[in-house]
Amino acid sequence: MKTMNRRKFLKGSLLGGAAASVIGKSKNAAASATFGGYPEAMGVLVDLTRCVGCRSCEAACNKEQGLPNPAQPFDDLSVLDHERRTSEGAYTVVNRYEIPGQDHPLFRKIQCNHCNEPACLTSCFVKAYTKTPEGAVIYDPTVCVGCRTCMVACPFYVPAYSYSSVLNPVIKKCIFCYDTRLKFGRPPACVEACPREVLTFGRRQDLIKIGHQRIRNYPDLYEDHIYGENEVGGTSWMYLSSAPFDQVGFDTGLGTEPILSYVKEFLTVVPMVLTIWPALFAGFHLLATRKDAQKKEEKSEK
Amino acid sequence: MEQIPRNLLSTILAMLLCFTSYSTIALAGEGPDEVVIDSLAQLYEPVIFDHAMHEEVTESNCAVCHHHTLGTKIEDENCLRCHAESGGTDEISCQGCHAGNRFEAEYLNRIDADNTLFHRDKVGLKAAFHIRCMNCHEEMGVANGCQDCHVRTDAGDKFFHAGHYAPPKSDKPTSGGH
Repeated sequence: MKTMNRRKFLKGSLLGGAAASVIGKSKNAAASATFGGYPEAMGVLVDLTRCVGCRSCEAACNKEQGLPNPAQPFDDLSVLDHERRTSEGAYTVVNRYEIPGQDHPLFRKIQCNHCNEPACLTSCFVKAYTKTPEGAVIYDPTVCVGCRTCMVACPFYVPAYSYSSVLNPVIKKCIFCYDTRLKFGRPPACVEACPREVLTFGRRQDLIKIGHQRIRNYPDLYEDHIYGENEVGGTSWMYLSSAPFDQVGFDTGLGTEPILSYVKEFLTVVPMVLTIWPALFAGFHLLATRKDAQKKEEKSEK
Repeated sequence: MEQIPRNLLSTILAMLLCFTSYSTIALAGEGPDEVVIDSLAQLYEPVIFDHAMHEEVTESNCAVCHHHTLGTKIEDENCLRCHAESGGTDEISCQGCHAGNRFEAEYLNRIDADNTLFHRDKVGLKAAFHIRCMNCHEEMGVANGCQDCHVRTDAGDKFFHAGHYAPPKSDKPTSGGH
């Protein structure tokens, strides 16, 4: 619905000219910011209080996605000594965080959070990315040109790049096991492997209720916040924590606006600039230089 | 050599457990001596759980691990809000309540369709085992590593890229990143 509005608006603005578009633009921007994600989208609620950092999820991901052999076994917990990021060889990694005043560390699994309104998707100029109604943010590596704009756009620094590939480097990231599992209504491999149900799979709408229920039942245990419920417009993967979120590596300054909103107004103008401006300014130029051209012609006739 | 009779024993025990139904009120010390937990075993060998020893440790208070025992009334105040009139409980086994297929579409849809259901956030069987056992083991300061309770199978070694399947040791820093 919303995209239709925007498309109509774009058509109108191209026909009606630049002046009219400036007025209509802000109205449309406000209207399309209300998309709250697909109603039936699935998600995962990650409960940091349950995680013991066993790395089973990492092993499961490696197997399911056919990723290259790891440099160290997945039961080697010494890798937790350094903070890691997702990479072309690991679409999910667990990191350990020592919490001041608590005798136990917390462990946090990271992977693509599968935003409701993904910045990577917005930034991709070849439309490699798709947000599926099931909630996954997937991508088509065959059209990826390897520009890496999505890596810059992602607020969670998730997409990785296959630097090891000389001829055809592309983006690599978690796809919620869409091809092999989610599409068929099955949970991703990491969820199935987790021994302590740190990862709860279900409809995103239900998970939000479950998350708030847990906070209500154990107010002393949990921070009163579900990270991802509203961050950057909401994400399919959400987190519960017993420590303040900034102490477990979360960026708490992202706000609740989809990244899309920050660039939408600018991006709306781009096609206009590209189509109208060349003609408009070429016209100005021709008009301004018409007399000179006429004089030249007259001169040459003499 | 030792392996064969042990496996035989576990199979027999597992079969016995499957067909055993508890219909009477369970009293302290009436529980099984040993429980073989193998319903989910793939990456790890079945757990041979010394039930009798744990009864001793908990001074035969079943509710330390099970939420309640058979035939008695529920005591937890939170539960009593709905279950005050529920009478004696008739289920004691973990898998009687905690589903093995926690995240399969069939289970999720069933929960979704049942508006009267309160227990929507009930952990599955695997998590019920691990959360209950590991949290207590940590509190008690006893062995709590994965292989302290169940030894990894060959499939498990492969899964974790460990044991025979471990990558060759190298001093090179791991590649990857951005």
